[in-house]
Amino acid sequence: MSLLDIRRVSKNFGSLVAVRDVSMTVESGELRAVIGPNGAGKTTFFNLISGLFRPSAGSIAFDGEDVTGVPAHRRVARGMARTFQITEIFPEISVLENVRISAEVAAGYRLRPWLGRRAAAEIRQRVEKILGLTGLVAKADRLVGELSHGDQRAAEIAMALALRPRLLLLDEPTAGMGDQETYEIAALIRRLHRDNKYTIVLIEHDMRVVFNLADRITVLDQGRLLAEGPPAAIAQNPAVQAAYLGEAA
Amino acid sequence: MRRSEILRGRLILLAIWAVLIGAPYWMPAIGGYTALGTRVLVLGLAAMSLNFLLGFTGVLSFGHAAYFGLGAYGAGLTLKLLAASTPLALLLGTLLGGIAGALLGALIVRRRGVYFAMVTIAFGQVFYFIAFRWNALTGGDDGLRGFARQPLHLGPVTIDILNNAEAFYYFVLACFAVVTAVMAFLLRSPFGHTLLAIRENERRARFLGIPVERHIWLAFTLSCFFISLAGALYAMLNNFADPRGLHYALSGDLVIMAVMGGMRSFWGPLLGAVVFVVLQDYLSSITTNWQSFIGLLFVLVVMFFPRGLLGFLQRRKAAA
Ligand SMILES: Nc1ncnc2c1ncn2[C@@H]1O[C@H](COP(=O)(O)OP(=O)(O)OP(=O)(O)O)[C@@H](O)[C@H]1O
Ligand SMILES: [Mg+2]
Repeated sequence: MSLLDIRRVSKNFGSLVAVRDVSMTVESGELRAVIGPNGAGKTTFFNLISGLFRPSAGSIAFDGEDVTGVPAHRRVARGMARTFQITEIFPEISVLENVRISAEVAAGYRLRPWLGRRAAAEIRQRVEKILGLTGLVAKADRLVGELSHGDQRAAEIAMALALRPRLLLLDEPTAGMGDQETYEIAALIRRLHRDNKYTIVLIEHDMRVVFNLADRITVLDQGRLLAEGPPAAIAQNPAVQAAYLGEAA
Repeated sequence: MRRSEILRGRLILLAIWAVLIGAPYWMPAIGGYTALGTRVLVLGLAAMSLNFLLGFTGVLSFGHAAYFGLGAYGAGLTLKLLAASTPLALLLGTLLGGIAGALLGALIVRRRGVYFAMVTIAFGQVFYFIAFRWNALTGGDDGLRGFARQPLHLGPVTIDILNNAEAFYYFVLACFAVVTAVMAFLLRSPFGHTLLAIRENERRARFLGIPVERHIWLAFTLSCFFISLAGALYAMLNNFADPRGLHYALSGDLVIMAVMGGMRSFWGPLLGAVVFVVLQDYLSSITTNWQSFIGLLFVLVVMFFPRGLLGFLQRRKAAA
């Protein structure tokens, strides 16, 4: 059984069809890249998966259960975590506090008016581990809003990781980054995938990153599924080449 | 750095409580009187309750006087019609405002920003008109009279908070201490952290798995319970309750206190209440136009200290 099973979803905004009849399945442990020209519908597709929008048609199953009508915050509780193309963080509190809120909610403590010593210690450990994994230990006490763009992206990934997700959805994690930062984030994603066995779906524009990391690639174009396959096959695919050439022309 | 920050926090806390506990002794020396101090405490508590929602959940209610007023009428009516008991009046006043807040809150938590503020005003004015029109029960425009707070009986000891202004001040201070302790405690808890998350970024909060509307409703309800307790104390301070205690003009004053004092700091609204109440007391004895002066001060503070007076002081100390 696939971890994520998307069947023929569509999303209309008025007369605009942003996603048209797209299907995709993602296996546990896979790293999937979703690519496509600007405006292809990639982010909208993520919004359908994560529950920000309800699809106009089609269905989404997660871990064997239909989640098409399940609100976003419950999908998180079931194990879906995401980041956004434009960083969404809590700017006026520290990195540590950002990640801690995540960890507390993930542990089921969101309504707790207090925490016992044991629980607090477990949360602290969990937060430290994630800060270590994402390379943010030295910046734990800084306000997230004051960090560099790259570190803010890393902090957002850290928040998603603190949720103990079974599926991690990353929308252009390297957007707006220089080479060095892009390299670091790519290395982080590789570690998460290889060493920590996360299942990841990644929207990405940087083809070096995509072809280096992805097990399989899904290509969207004008809302439609254009192609899907391993990197080598996608690179050779004439329809994909045409779509990207068309964009360049 | 962290340790010195914690130490500084404790010192400030100690200073605040020393000032509050000593108030009946040092206030007369600078021309104050005890009832003025009590008024500061009550309105400060109301502003802090509002700020639980405004400063720490990021939701602006412009109709919080409604719950303050309901607390006041609840306490007054209890003393007048039910039983001559201060604790019972406090309890029933708090329950009346708190429960009304819980019910109405459920209807408005889906609105955001200006719409939320507008709906809170609208509901607030409904209570104002009920109090204004229902002469038989509330005394209408003349207000609710004919009740008085009652001495406290603690086992064999009786504390005459009715005739002894200092004793009443300390009674109010004790209530103030309990409510602010509960607020501080909640804000440090995982639940309080989710409120901060909502204030900082609602979308991110939702995608951390927080049911945002439900948490805003909880924060709104808690804040209504806190402020109606303040309202109940207010009725007992004056032995009087009137429709103006429900009016949105008072809601506006509370917002001014919170913003002027510093809505991102826990004690900011108390400082705002000190400035507001003391100025009001002083200015209203020399001019009927006192509101313009407070308005002007508010504008100046917002322009030059956007984080409020306390926010400004904290910033400067941090920089030093
Ligand atoms: N909330 C919305 N309301 C109306 N139209 C929308 C909305 N979100 C996206 N669209 C439209 O849907 C289309 C697909 O947008 P989407 O953001 O999904 O593309 P994308 O593939 O993520 O592009 P990019 O690479 O630029 O991020 C665009 O034409 C966009 O204008
Ligand atoms: Mg996009």
